[in-house]
Amino acid sequence: MSNKKYAIGLYDDQDILLQGIKEVQNNGQMIHDVYTPHPVHGLENVFIIPRSRLPIAAFCFGCLGISCAFLMMWYMITYDWPMDIGGKPNFPIVSFIPILFEWTVLFASFGMGLTFFLANRLIPGSTPRIMDERATDDRYVIAVEVNDENEQTVSSLFRQSGAVEVKYKTV
Amino acid sequence: MQLNTLEQFEFTGKAKTWSLIAIAIGVISVAIGFATGHVDRTWANLLICAYYFTCVSFAGMMFIAIQYVANAGWATSILRIPSAFTTVIPYAAVILFALIATGLYTHNLYHHWNEEGITDPNSPHFDPIIAGKSGYLNIPFFLIRLALYMFIWGGLAVYLRKLTLKEDLEGGMEYYNTSIKYSAVFCVIFGFTYPLFSFDMMLSVEAHWFSTMFGWYNLAGLWVSGLAAIALTVILLKENGYMPWVNKSHIHNLGLFMFAFSTFWTYLWTAQFLLDWYANIPEETYYFLKRWTPAYKFWFWFNLVINFLTPFLVLMSSDSKRNMKVVKIAAIIIILGHWLDYYLMVMPGSVTEAERGFNHIEIGTFVGFVGLFVFLMLKGLSKAPLLPKNHPYLEESLHHSINNI
Repeated sequence: MSNKKYAIGLYDDQDILLQGIKEVQNNGQMIHDVYTPHPVHGLENVFIIPRSRLPIAAFCFGCLGISCAFLMMWYMITYDWPMDIGGKPNFPIVSFIPILFEWTVLFASFGMGLTFFLANRLIPGSTPRIMDERATDDRYVIAVEVNDENEQTVSSLFRQSGAVEVKYKTV
Repeated sequence: MQLNTLEQFEFTGKAKTWSLIAIAIGVISVAIGFATGHVDRTWANLLICAYYFTCVSFAGMMFIAIQYVANAGWATSILRIPSAFTTVIPYAAVILFALIATGLYTHNLYHHWNEEGITDPNSPHFDPIIAGKSGYLNIPFFLIRLALYMFIWGGLAVYLRKLTLKEDLEGGMEYYNTSIKYSAVFCVIFGFTYPLFSFDMMLSVEAHWFSTMFGWYNLAGLWVSGLAAIALTVILLKENGYMPWVNKSHIHNLGLFMFAFSTFWTYLWTAQFLLDWYANIPEETYYFLKRWTPAYKFWFWFNLVINFLTPFLVLMSSDSKRNMKVVKIAAIIIILGHWLDYYLMVMPGSVTEAERGFNHIEIGTFVGFVGLFVFLMLKGLSKAPLLPKNHPYLEESLHHSINNI
């Protein structure tokens, strides 16, 4: 597991949180993530976050699913034991459609779910990255990845913008 | 943004001129069709377009009813567009009924079960299957059913329109709650009786054939073409400077709807085709065999390209759903595509191979009905403000925002 150091700013008001996000970003610091106990309106307009790559994973898993289903049916019905169903050809692509569709959806959804859990360390056995437990209760949390250079800048930005507490955590 | 809650559409100028010209084109095309001896084909075209016309008007009502029943707020600020669609319903019902009654009594429509002497065992036209179905499939009962559907569905639509106009004047939650009640009633009645309506109108063109999938398949067609018409109207109005409150999120939702339901339409199309193809029973497959002849085979597959592949690929990414121009083009393609879908339902069973064609009669009739719809719909739209200002979800809809992830 990588050991990254994060500066964590805790806020007790959502409007101040939005101000804090703006201030940190305007000073050239990349925010790792923001944790809030409830959906905050307008957060997505303020917080600059790279586009999620989850759809790419979904597409890849979907392709895997459709290929697996096609191979399976082709092996069963055409190659291993050619079957005659209602006088249809041994390679009835039209009747493959429902299963191709279902396996694509199945693989894409499960694959996407697993990728999400893996990327966020929520898979059983891994240690989840919890910045501060109060983010599920009454605190709005901003986490910024820091090194020796920008540590002071970030924490002072947090304080200036009205954070009630600033701390560091290595996960 | 300064919001003018009393903004009203003015039906003048280009829109009025062009829709009137389109109606004239339609009338002339139908007249030419009759004059040049293509009687069957012209009647079939009238059936296709009148059915499509009625379906799109009722799609507006279905949209409103679903928004009310689902307690949805996002669409409130564009709800006057489907509401304007419902003002077309009385005209559509009268036109459809008049056309079908005339067509049936002059023996120009539904030849398949409406030939003279078809239920008479001594006649050369006798058809035992049709005779067996004649208890349900006879002219008086057919027309009574049609009148009942139109009266009940249309009555609910007219009443709901009245409620929304009263709400504008008086405000309060009373009209909203009543609207939910009547919307739920409409959903139940429409959901159960629409398949029967489509069996009557479209499936009975080839009365030997049967498919339990047919009603849902038609309902999916109605819904997706109606959504495309709603999206297109909203976008065109916005492009002409009306409805400044419509934002990218509203367009995104309409695009999502179109994307989802063109896929749903394909799902039902495939389900209907797949079962018949696999079972391979002659009395079921002859319907598809007719559409497999050289005259129709290209259109049969093109139907899938235009109604499934094009919207699927064009509207797949969320960026394109938020782009008004892209959604506009997709909507136009879907509207044209579903005309083709109805064409393939009606034509092979209505006209002989030699009669079949695609030229000024088809295009002209379609243009005529589009003109008629646009004219009546915009006339209805101009009678009320574009915002239902006392609707409880108005504020939510004006601030509607969904993320582009």
